[in-house]
Amino acid sequence: MLEQWLTSDAAYIIIGLISSMLRMATPLGLAAFGAVYSERAGVVNLGLEGLMLVGAFFGVLGSFLTGNPWTGVVFSLIAGGVMALILAIFTLKFKANHVVSGVALNLLGQGITAVLLVAIWGNRGKSPDVAGIYPVYIPGLSDIPVIGEIFFRQSPFFYMMIAIMIISWFVFYRTKWGLRLRAIGENPAAVDSLGIQVFVYKYLAVVLGGMFAGLGGACLSLGELSMFSRNMVSGRGYIAVAATILGNWNPVGVVLASLLFGLTSAIEMNLQLYGWPTQFVQMLPYIVTILVLGGFVRKVSPPKAVGKHFDRSDTYV
Amino acid sequence: MRRVLNLACRLVLALFAAGLVLYFSGYSPLAAYKAMIWGAVSSWDGIAQTLVQATPLIFTGLAVALANNCGVFNIGAEGQLYLGAMAAAVLAAYLPPLPHLLHVIIALCGGALFGGLWALIAAWLKIKADANEVIITIMLNSIGTLLCAYLANYTFKAPGPVPQTPTIHSSAALSRLGQGAQFSSALFVGLFFVLVVWFLLYHTKLGYDLKVVGSNPRAAAAAGINVPQMIGLTLLLSGALAGLGGAGQILGLHGRYIDGFSPGYGFDGVAVAILGGNSPLGVLFSALLFGLMRAGGMILDRTTNVPVDFVIIIQAAIILFVSAPELLKTLKINWKKGGVKHARTVADK
Amino acid sequence: MSEALRMSNIVKRFGSLTALDNAELIVNKGEIHSLLGENGAGKTTLMKILYGIHPKDEGEICLNGTLCQINSPKEAINAGISMVFQHFMLVDNLSVMENIILGKEETKWGILSYKKSREKVMELSHKLGLKVRPDMLVEDIPVGEKQRVEIIKALYRGAETIILDEPTAVLTPPEVAELFEMLKALKNEGKTIIIITHKLKETLAIADNVTVLRNGKNMGTISTKKATPEILAQMMVGRSVILQAVKEPTVKGPVVLEAKDLCLQDALKNINFTLKKGEILGVAGVEGNGQTELLEALTGLVTPDMGSIYLKGEDITKHSVKQRIREGIGFIPEDRNDRGIVPSFCNWQNAILGYQSNYQNRGVLDFKKINAVSKEILDTYQVKTEGIAAKTASLSGGNAQKLLLGRVFYHDSDVLVIAHPTRGVDVGAIEYLHKEILNMAKRGKAILLVSADLDEIRQLSDRIVVLYEGSLVYETQALSTTEKELGMYMAGAFNKDESKVVGL
Repeated sequence: MLEQWLTSDAAYIIIGLISSMLRMATPLGLAAFGAVYSERAGVVNLGLEGLMLVGAFFGVLGSFLTGNPWTGVVFSLIAGGVMALILAIFTLKFKANHVVSGVALNLLGQGITAVLLVAIWGNRGKSPDVAGIYPVYIPGLSDIPVIGEIFFRQSPFFYMMIAIMIISWFVFYRTKWGLRLRAIGENPAAVDSLGIQVFVYKYLAVVLGGMFAGLGGACLSLGELSMFSRNMVSGRGYIAVAATILGNWNPVGVVLASLLFGLTSAIEMNLQLYGWPTQFVQMLPYIVTILVLGGFVRKVSPPKAVGKHFDRSDTYV
Repeated sequence: MRRVLNLACRLVLALFAAGLVLYFSGYSPLAAYKAMIWGAVSSWDGIAQTLVQATPLIFTGLAVALANNCGVFNIGAEGQLYLGAMAAAVLAAYLPPLPHLLHVIIALCGGALFGGLWALIAAWLKIKADANEVIITIMLNSIGTLLCAYLANYTFKAPGPVPQTPTIHSSAALSRLGQGAQFSSALFVGLFFVLVVWFLLYHTKLGYDLKVVGSNPRAAAAAGINVPQMIGLTLLLSGALAGLGGAGQILGLHGRYIDGFSPGYGFDGVAVAILGGNSPLGVLFSALLFGLMRAGGMILDRTTNVPVDFVIIIQAAIILFVSAPELLKTLKINWKKGGVKHARTVADK
Repeated sequence: MSEALRMSNIVKRFGSLTALDNAELIVNKGEIHSLLGENGAGKTTLMKILYGIHPKDEGEICLNGTLCQINSPKEAINAGISMVFQHFMLVDNLSVMENIILGKEETKWGILSYKKSREKVMELSHKLGLKVRPDMLVEDIPVGEKQRVEIIKALYRGAETIILDEPTAVLTPPEVAELFEMLKALKNEGKTIIIITHKLKETLAIADNVTVLRNGKNMGTISTKKATPEILAQMMVGRSVILQAVKEPTVKGPVVLEAKDLCLQDALKNINFTLKKGEILGVAGVEGNGQTELLEALTGLVTPDMGSIYLKGEDITKHSVKQRIREGIGFIPEDRNDRGIVPSFCNWQNAILGYQSNYQNRGVLDFKKINAVSKEILDTYQVKTEGIAAKTASLSGGNAQKLLLGRVFYHDSDVLVIAHPTRGVDVGAIEYLHKEILNMAKRGKAILLVSADLDEIRQLSDRIVVLYEGSLVYETQALSTTEKELGMYMAGAFNKDESKVVGL
């Protein structure tokens, strides 16, 4: 019975759909971790698009320079971290508006990658092909029918996302650092009054988040195309912002939200094959987010102090 | 005067930082800046290009600045611009040819209306559910862009492979100025609205109320101002300005709606408004400056191997350096401690 | 008894304002010490210096006889000092236990050991009878429990000295009694407790010694055994410096403003009063007893759930703020920077706020008129400033308040609703503002004056009502009452059945 179904067209399509859902969800989920960490510490991160772009670019650059794609991954982590450090310094040290800084970060990512593309490879559109990171068939598990096909023949980035999700959940809800981080995004004054170095946590969280977003970018370039093409993130950073909201700033929640948005991307690709309009499916993540924020779907609770500047001398009443 | 000096410092720092990026990419920043500025001002062509590039930025800059005066962050000018452009393109191409001025005005009004209504969604959610207007307008950007892409690909698609609407009637075109010059009377519509917004903000009771809401909403309520109503009205006007910008691009420059015609004018509007200190005249000045940089960047792109995207880096740097209140203060402290040397010039001012 | 804490010659300046002027505080080990003073006397600032939040400009802190430097809350905690803030420093979406252990978690390689923490917390909780539910989210527990959580938080950190800032401000009387029991239990454990308060009654009820601060200066420390409310009040307020405004009798006219059975959620309960032309009605009461809500209901910022407001006989309960301004209700809000003025605006912009409709022709501002009027307001009300184009933020507190008062007085409303007119204002300006308020009454305005300053109320008012827990519990002629009597009603120390019913 099952075997019969497995050979049917419907099964082929469904398995293909789920498998590409996971694939499409991975960069979103990784980037959304970026926003989760940053915003849990109270810093709004609307710069995911820019962070992903530099991650994608430097990932390819690392692979290009060394021939080893994993060096590229390290490059992308560093690039994302450094970019996020800019956000951290401007918002935390110079007290710039978080949203404005995020917009700047997106522009910066777009500009830097486009300039470097020309500077390094003399090409305005894309980089040469480099060694990429390809799906891994996990021995044994990948042979399980259906399940193996869907879950255990994925890109290493997918496994990384799952690992980061589990670790993040554990860190957030089972360790003292997570406890403090969650408290800081909610009420930094209370945390400060207990003698905790609020700003150290904020800087670390923003930079770590930037590294995850950079990894999400590398997932697109190294994991999908094995090259960099201009503005290749094309709005995924904003979908990751949407996933952060729908996932209620929870590591597991954002992965689930990313999966949902990955599904819409997967459906969109199939529609494209048949030449049907894709725009309305593409709108779904944004519409869902608006419905959530408008209070039509589920209640989400962003960290209360997100986007606010903290200063010891004027925060205590 | 102090404010101007302060701003000038920040600008110089931003240009310096952007130059550093260029330097580390293996280019000569000084040569690049020289080529950019010289290219943009040394010929009629360059000046015309500056004005062409500045025109949409005037509108989106005004849109963001107006909303900021009311304490509302309209980051959705991009989506509003698209909606306005599409509305204008459809009115200009599908209505029967009308008397010239009338057709232009109808198309512009349509653009303003749709841009405004698009922004009003955000206002409604902000007032109704206290939803953060930043996220909502960002999401509306994507939705608006996709909606227009659909319309250009299907509903209003002109025959041919390109997703675009049919050419507009000549009766709805904003006239081009001068022979071969690309800039159109859309620029003058923009200048007109600089004056309108200036008058609104500084000479009318509406503008006064709007600024009270933006500066202290609780005092505004105690002074008898209907705060939610004012927020709604402001976003409507702000969206209308962005929509007008889109309409101006269609009627004056492209002659039809072309999918993806905006390289991010809406987001640039944020930069323009911030550099312009959210004042209409400041917006005009900074739109011209950004227009000049874009025009110069295009020339740079053609004459050297520095890509035009360098301009985006400058914009990013300007946003960062202009919008960071404690930047100069911090650098000054460094200077006192004998830190960063170049901060001396900054601190003195 | 040995000395637990000595703060001497503490000076703290905020810009041009001197918040603490050689303040001194000596606290013995194992006592409950009350730090008493009016709003703005510098009590909280002094304690924030002790807790390492504000750096001090001058002075010394000695703990247990040794000189100490405390530059951050962390150092204060390490020195055995904890502070319970007036606005609790709790993280709403964390559990009670998580809040308690935050920053001093029991862990193994960073992993939280909730079991160990729970044991510790429960032990503290049982030992002192501080009932808390460790697994509840803080946002779901009542105020009294939040306070217990704060106290356990302090004890969990091994605090020997606990500072409580206005601990009774948010509590109901039974909760206050419970708190005092807890504090006595802590004292018996050998803890040193400092209570910041402005309530005489509570000080006498709980403290062993009391130090009074006024205008950032030390007015002395005495034992509560020797203290009486009169002595403490005199130390707090300082009769000698009070500038007596000369109140001349005014001609009272017909009733202008009337409230009938006003109710608003829990905040206002059947408020009834009348206000006549030329009369000043003082509303006395401890802050947080419904003053804000009363002001908002009268000015139209909130709509009452029940009851009506009449202005010259017309029912205006449903009228908007804008309508009421036009109909002649002028409002001077309790915190000028919150609702009264826009600090980032110019003086002329603030001079017309609320009355901007009078200065326009078809929507266009009439600058000729605005300039003339704002000049006149600045001149008439002696606002010291560089001119109408200067930013209001650059004005001193007194001058900003003069501008606010001037704006409302100039526009000639029949009814003036005035709250805390002299808060954060220098002494010279106080006298002037009082004179102007009396002037307005003489000119036939009906004035409702809300103030936390009893002297102000008594000096200016013709009639006084006391607002306690949302009800008007007492009404009297200003001349026929004493501070003690008012204070009793303000503190709720009256027999509910005997209190005179306030009415028409």
